[in-house]
Amino acid sequence: MAKAALSSAHQARVVREQRSKLHRILVTPEGVGLNVHIATAGARMGALFIDITIIFGLFLALLFGILFIGWAYATTGLPEPSQGFGEMLVVVLIITVFLARNAYFLYFELGSRSATWGKRMVGIRVAARDGGRLTADAIIARNLVRDIEMFLPLIFMTSGGVQGQLTSFAALAGSAWVGVFLLFPLFNKDRLRVGDLIAGTWVVQTNRSSLGSVVAGTGATMLDKHKVDHSHNYRFNEEELSVYGEYELQMLEQVLRNDNVDALETVCASICGKIGWNPGAGDERAFLEAYYTQLRARLERNMRFGKRRADKFSDAH
Amino acid sequence: MNAATLENSDQSADIAAAAAALRSDRFRIEREGDWARLEAIVELMEKGKDRKVSDEDAMAFPTLYRKLVSSLSIARESSLDASLVAYLEGLALRSYYLVYGTRTGFGEWCRTFFGGELSRSVRAIGFDLLLALVFMVVGGLVGYFLVAQNPDWYYALVPSSMGDVRVPGASAEALRGTLFSSATDDKDSLSVFATYLFSNNAQVSIMAFAVGFAFGVPTMLLLVYNMASLGAMLWVFGSRGLASEFVGWLSIHGTTELLAILLAGGAGIHVGRALGFPGKRGLLAVMKDAGQRGAKVMAGVIIMLICAGLLEGFARQLINDTVTRYIIGYSILLFWLLYFFVLKRKSA
Repeated sequence: MAKAALSSAHQARVVREQRSKLHRILVTPEGVGLNVHIATAGARMGALFIDITIIFGLFLALLFGILFIGWAYATTGLPEPSQGFGEMLVVVLIITVFLARNAYFLYFELGSRSATWGKRMVGIRVAARDGGRLTADAIIARNLVRDIEMFLPLIFMTSGGVQGQLTSFAALAGSAWVGVFLLFPLFNKDRLRVGDLIAGTWVVQTNRSSLGSVVAGTGATMLDKHKVDHSHNYRFNEEELSVYGEYELQMLEQVLRNDNVDALETVCASICGKIGWNPGAGDERAFLEAYYTQLRARLERNMRFGKRRADKFSDAH
Repeated sequence: MNAATLENSDQSADIAAAAAALRSDRFRIEREGDWARLEAIVELMEKGKDRKVSDEDAMAFPTLYRKLVSSLSIARESSLDASLVAYLEGLALRSYYLVYGTRTGFGEWCRTFFGGELSRSVRAIGFDLLLALVFMVVGGLVGYFLVAQNPDWYYALVPSSMGDVRVPGASAEALRGTLFSSATDDKDSLSVFATYLFSNNAQVSIMAFAVGFAFGVPTMLLLVYNMASLGAMLWVFGSRGLASEFVGWLSIHGTTELLAILLAGGAGIHVGRALGFPGKRGLLAVMKDAGQRGAKVMAGVIIMLICAGLLEGFARQLINDTVTRYIIGYSILLFWLLYFFVLKRKSA
């Protein structure tokens, strides 16, 4: 069991290290470094897939809308619409195709969230690589290139894509490069596609975590003295608190936040085993809250003196 | 007073006192009202509902942001509440993008764009425009002389559709018919035609820009090919003595359209050249500048192509006099050239 615990802790560390490959620090003008995580290739693909689906959906909806108008005219026996009206529909259709291909991404990325619907759903957004202002030029540049990165291959796949005088030759020239464009993000550390490269942008994860409640009610008990404080029942000495580090503390925080009875029991048993206590039944939460609070107090106190301890495997200093 | 006792108990490292109150939780409880207020503002601004943010909140926004950033740096050094730190990190980043991402409105953008930025960008890629012009001229000449030597080349250069009369050996009458629309022609569908032409040309020029990334080579090929087919058509019309009529037919919209294609090609070559010869400033910085400059030029190209589409769809069909076609075409060209290269603002 100890072995299993050890290997799972190590696994978590590896994950943290892997994540850090996409981790960057953005230093604000106030001199504070903000953590930025570059969106993974998988998230980008997912967002793209959603966006393509939405574009197709909108396009089909419009097409059916136009067909429906035609059908309604035919069945209700309204007077024949003027030719100008029919032409207008065709003009609208052509413009819509053009906009669907070019403006969907532009419009949403120019908005204040700098993300299309697909990007919002997977929690990523466009940002300027230097941390500065994201200009309209940058958005235009990155999305003009999208045309050959994405729509050209799409057109090849769907229709063979001849729509104008130049396209058959251009298709040839373009197709040679499609592979390069598609795989480009995988071959640089910032996951830049060609459009990002020439626009000075990158795509980063958005971080929308909400503020959880104060764990273990310590703050509340402090402010409201009439509340019963369970933690008085459990006192741990230095030795008992010195077995764990910050990583275990934060795992314990998660367990307390999730408040799953089984998990509480398991964790309670393993902590008791580690510090040589006999686990009681029925009072796991109070026990863990007390342990969490005292462990955190100890670690935070050390932190103020410059002593940090990453996890139970590392040294106390 | 309460704070003082807590401070003492904490310093004395009394576990029981620490259990009663964590210093970092106190820190949090004192400030979380401000954070929540900032979060509410950020939420509204991200949704684009800036108007719903009250005046007081809008005034307080930068201050709240700075307070939050300082809270974050304190929390990182003193709190082990993972959820608290994650929350502050996320909120700080979201507000950062809003505080430093101040955007200009559409009207303001138009004013700076047309009031100098566009023409400045066009002038900045002057060398690339020259290169693009060379390739276009070479392409036109190649097309003309290839077909002059062997008319079969025409079919390779011009993707002709079935029933198109514009082929080598066509009669002068048939060719003239394609240049001048007769009164019996249907003039009602001009809007559809203009829209179609715009969307097609815009797509081609976007592609000409985008493929420029590959060291500009595909862009150059596109320009040569594009102009070769034009050269080939010129030969066909020239062989029946209709060269000046053909040029007039082309000029009314073509001066705008070809200039737009020249600009798009130049912008593409500009990006490709930045990749090939980045210079001392480093590849990424140079590419970024080239790309953003190119994007400005491309925004101009799209606007020019809207003009060209309108001219091609309407004016060319409605004006059947060669001299008038020349006058319109070249006065518009003069306008573009003056706008891009001659009229300069003194200051940015």
